[in-house]
Amino acid sequence: MKTLILRTASNYLLPLLLLFSVFILLRGHYLPGGGFIGGLIASIAFVLHAFANGLENTKSLLSTHPGFLMPVGLTLAVISGLAPGIFGLPFMTGLWYDEAIPVIGMIGSALFFDIGVYLVVIGVTLTIIFTISESA
Amino acid sequence: MLLAVLSGFIFALFLVPFGKVLKGKWSILLSVLPLALFIFFLQKIPQVIDRAILERNQWVPQLGINLDFNLDGLSLIFALMITGVGTMVFVYTSYYLKGHVYLDRFFGFLCLFMGAMLGLVLSENLITLFLFWELTSISSFFLIGFNNEDPASRKSALIALSVTGLGGLCLLAAGLVIHGITDSFSIVDMLQSSTLIQDHSFFMAVVFLIFGAAFTKSAQFPFHFWLPGAMKAPTPVSTYLHSATMVKAGIYLLFRLSPAFSGSEFWHYSLWCVGGATMVYAAFQTLFRDDLKSILAYSTVSALGILVFLIGLGTEEAMLAGLVFLLVHALYKATLFLMTGIIDHAAHTRNVSELSGLRKVMLPVAVAGFLAALSNAGIPPSFGFIGKDLIYEASMHTGIFPLISTVALVSTNVMLLFAGFLAGLRPFIGPLPTKYKDLQAGSPRLWVPTLILATLCLVIGLAPGLISNSLIAPALVALGIQDYALELKLWHGFNTVLALSATTIGLGLGLFFLLKPSLNREELMLKWEKYSPLAFFEGLGSLTFRFSSLWTGLVQNGYLRNYILVILLFLMALIGYGMWGNFHPNIDFSQLLELTLYETGIMAIMLSAIVFTVFTGSRLTAVAAMGVVGYSLCLLFVFYSAPDLAMTQFAIDTLTVILFVLVLYRLPKYLPFSDSRVRVRDGIVALGFGGMITLLALGVLSNPVVSEVSEYYSANAYKLAKGKNVVNVILVDFRGMDTLVEITVLVIAALGVFGLMKLRLKSRERIR
Repeated sequence: MKTLILRTASNYLLPLLLLFSVFILLRGHYLPGGGFIGGLIASIAFVLHAFANGLENTKSLLSTHPGFLMPVGLTLAVISGLAPGIFGLPFMTGLWYDEAIPVIGMIGSALFFDIGVYLVVIGVTLTIIFTISESA
Repeated sequence: MLLAVLSGFIFALFLVPFGKVLKGKWSILLSVLPLALFIFFLQKIPQVIDRAILERNQWVPQLGINLDFNLDGLSLIFALMITGVGTMVFVYTSYYLKGHVYLDRFFGFLCLFMGAMLGLVLSENLITLFLFWELTSISSFFLIGFNNEDPASRKSALIALSVTGLGGLCLLAAGLVIHGITDSFSIVDMLQSSTLIQDHSFFMAVVFLIFGAAFTKSAQFPFHFWLPGAMKAPTPVSTYLHSATMVKAGIYLLFRLSPAFSGSEFWHYSLWCVGGATMVYAAFQTLFRDDLKSILAYSTVSALGILVFLIGLGTEEAMLAGLVFLLVHALYKATLFLMTGIIDHAAHTRNVSELSGLRKVMLPVAVAGFLAALSNAGIPPSFGFIGKDLIYEASMHTGIFPLISTVALVSTNVMLLFAGFLAGLRPFIGPLPTKYKDLQAGSPRLWVPTLILATLCLVIGLAPGLISNSLIAPALVALGIQDYALELKLWHGFNTVLALSATTIGLGLGLFFLLKPSLNREELMLKWEKYSPLAFFEGLGSLTFRFSSLWTGLVQNGYLRNYILVILLFLMALIGYGMWGNFHPNIDFSQLLELTLYETGIMAIMLSAIVFTVFTGSRLTAVAAMGVVGYSLCLLFVFYSAPDLAMTQFAIDTLTVILFVLVLYRLPKYLPFSDSRVRVRDGIVALGFGGMITLLALGVLSNPVVSEVSEYYSANAYKLAKGKNVVNVILVDFRGMDTLVEITVLVIAALGVFGLMKLRLKSRERIR
């Protein structure tokens, strides 16, 4: 499926879709969206790029194996769960910083947890799809 | 005390990186650990004489499971045996297995085992007792199977593990039942509520389970067979496991719990029966053995039988005799085992019929063997004499068939005396064969520990005051026997007991001089082996094996379609059973919303896509049609205002189609592999399952909607979690734990895919 149109489009779509996925991730707490769906959108962006340019190009774009996102995401999620322990609160208590940050909005442990989910989902989806398409 | 128990485990862990350095000539340094522990427990004696030391460490207080340790007289005796004999074994091993490739590993297992044993005898909590109990089984599995290139060794390790592991499960069950009765896992609590337990309707069950645990561990008939089998292990292991530790764990359990059960006829008579049968049977077996270790193994089983028998008698005298005999046996049996190891190490044979005159080449070993044989025979002034005196005393004054008890004990002791002399004396007397002229006793690291233990057999016999007030008296208190006029001494004057002892010694010596060891007699006995409990147990094992391979072939046959079929049918049966009789769909149709044009349209699209999927002749078309079904579903979610769900479903469906295409794209052209009958069957199952889910959905609809949870979430999403999107707040906050587990599962799935696809076995690693 290496059509010129798709290839050209995918080069522009990839950053746009990634930006969109981050947007979806961040708005999740107030409006429809969240880490899971954001991660899926990001993965679809890469898959689309792989379809248009070939798997090898996408992988060289990524430079590391997407599988590395899995432990990173899991660790982030667990740490965000453990963080309240520093203040003597039970596991996974929501912690929030009182002031809103521009663009991002409110910062809290739930956000980091969601980012962890986001990374894990990208890692898992891309690992599965890349592995299968390499071996098929 | 926690550190003392855990030190074995910590040390074993420490050996993983540093073992390589220590397994050379410095390996003797490792004996510092058991020695330090021995001294630690030794200096606790004055405190323990005063009162038991109770140490509490919280572990899972919510469930009442705590690392509580109780150092009373009974635990102290066992702890000293474990660490004391342990020290000797550690020193001995450092030479015995010198230069062995896996010496560090061996010491690691020994440390683990010692830690587990200490935990076992110190635990004050039934659950931690069970944990340490199983840890001893597991670490002994490694020790017995240490020569893992020998199939026989592996097999006996496996048998030992399965028998003792089975007993461990009995112990767990017993602990849970006792918890059900007394509402506590604490052993002290349990012993205090003895009447509560004895009057409970589950009393018999508790006793049975405790027996299951103790008899398997302490090798009582008919579970005795694992112990002679475990002789495949290196000799230090046999010494450690069979003289002082592992097999005494069952005895410890019976001693420890006896205050709770004493008075119950069932308890006393069963122990009397089983212990009696074991001691006579195993002692009889020793007459037919030629292999030194085999003789010692059966005499160990017999000695354990005597201990169980004494606990069964249950009088104060019997308990005292049991405690003393425990020590007597540990000392002389460890000596004999170590001695056997030295002989085996030098002469490369353990057959008594081939060995003679070794005193001329290894005098210290001969002295040790002789002292141990004296103690084993109960000849004054050895420690064994005191033990035997007490045993006869106890059996004559018991309420349970005193005459039969005494006769059984005398005959057992006669045969044990024979066995002890055969092992401790026979290899050293007579002429020295020329082929053994150049033998040596080996390093002092071998014979010094042996001699120390042997000397103790004599010293304690001459000065019983060493242990009577410091060890035995506190142990009696721990067994609930207060203010016992304890007097250990060699000479009691001329009485019936002395006559019995003399008879035993006379008969035993007669037997020793009449019966020459020979291989033929051993073969005679082996003929009966196929009727033994071991053969039965092995038969059971192979039957399980056959059944499991049959079952695997039937259920786990590797065809995905069969798995799905089984899963669906099973679910249908389960749900159908659940709905049977209480399915009353009662739907108020006027409450439902009207069907809109959009919905009807989408339903039509879905239906036609499904029909298309089923009947199309191309895989890719089928996948695309499935995608259409998924997208239609997403639209339904959108109509019913579930945007989060719809978005996720959209993304998932896209990825699913991509995945399918990736896989299917490479497959050969679509061919009909299944005949029409299979397809009809599959169709029926699919329709049936779909119908069942529909019925289930209808059933759910007809129940009143419980909205409490969702109301709570929507009311508190902003208040508690500062989020306005309730769906996401549930995901990352209210039910964040679920999400955490879910993403973990996702990672595991991805790793599974990665492993399956990327794993390229070398041809020799493949099955078939």
